[in-house]
Amino acid sequence: MIRSQLLKSILPVIADQLVVCNIGLPSQELFMLGDQPNNFYMLGTMGLSSSIGLGVALAQTEKVIAIDGDGSVLTNLATLATIANNPRPNYILLIVDNGSYGSTGDQPTYAGRKTSLAAVARACGCENVVECEAAETADALQTALDGDQMTVIVAKCDSGNIDVPVIEMSPITIRERFMGEVRRRNES
Amino acid sequence: MVKEVDRRIVDDLVANDIGFVTTVPCKQLAGVIEVLQGRDEILHVPSNKEDEGMGLCAGAYMGGKRPCIIMQNTAIGVVVNTLATLIQYYQIPLPMLISYRGEVGEKVACQVEMAVHTKAILQQLGIPTYHFHHGEQVEELDGILKHTAMCKKPTAILTDANFWSTAQ
Repeated sequence: MIRSQLLKSILPVIADQLVVCNIGLPSQELFMLGDQPNNFYMLGTMGLSSSIGLGVALAQTEKVIAIDGDGSVLTNLATLATIANNPRPNYILLIVDNGSYGSTGDQPTYAGRKTSLAAVARACGCENVVECEAAETADALQTALDGDQMTVIVAKCDSGNIDVPVIEMSPITIRERFMGEVRRRNES
Repeated sequence: MVKEVDRRIVDDLVANDIGFVTTVPCKQLAGVIEVLQGRDEILHVPSNKEDEGMGLCAGAYMGGKRPCIIMQNTAIGVVVNTLATLIQYYQIPLPMLISYRGEVGEKVACQVEMAVHTKAILQQLGIPTYHFHHGEQVEELDGILKHTAMCKKPTAILTDANFWSTAQ
């Protein structure tokens, strides 16, 4: 199972959730597979999906799923310390760990070699870290949504990409429709 | 030690509905950070690095809280990409309260190396930049915060050693 198949498998689970999605192919795949106004797509700035998602979770009470990658988390590794020390029950970090920098040609990451991001997350102080195989991701995500504890999920999948178009929606449109969804959910 | 200017700055943040502040410390900013920590109106979340902090600020803004980042000018060397592709590209209002190390009064020679690039980088990025050199210039902060919210841009408030030493 590669990342695009993993993302397709979680579409029913994230359909009504606030989602912040990682730069590059993950956002492009999610946009193509199941665009919705409650998705925030990163068009630039590698490494900050987990931070942006945490910021949304800190500022309001609706659940937020940040979809990140192993390469991007390695870029911003200290995010796991910030997450651990500012736990919010409405925050879920889903690290899609394919052991490679997918958007740049599947160069291997250190997470695919000796480094365990789940172990790093635990060492940083994250108390609810779930490791799963790609096919189990939807169930793990649903369990996290049903629970009331901040969750970090590290989902192992195979390396590989599909052809997807770039996102041509303007960044302002992406942000404003996402913020509209945040407001609507917090007002209702 | 907390001075009146530190309380004044935090009061201005609160008065402008800044509800989320992230910080990477500098000794010139220690008083402001200490005051922040005690204010219920502001959620203060320290970050490890300034680009991470800007990610938190972008998220907090989308979550409904006006953000502010407090950091040292050396951070300008860290955050160029984040400013261009996140804060500016998505039009997120972000006042950056920056300690301007390496100006007259500085004791650490290495700080001058980034000081000489600070304004040039901000200018290259097209970021409205305000340099507080005298203590009374804190009076301008309220207007700068309103301007930032209006134009939905990052803005830089550079506070140098003379500002901090002459501020009440």
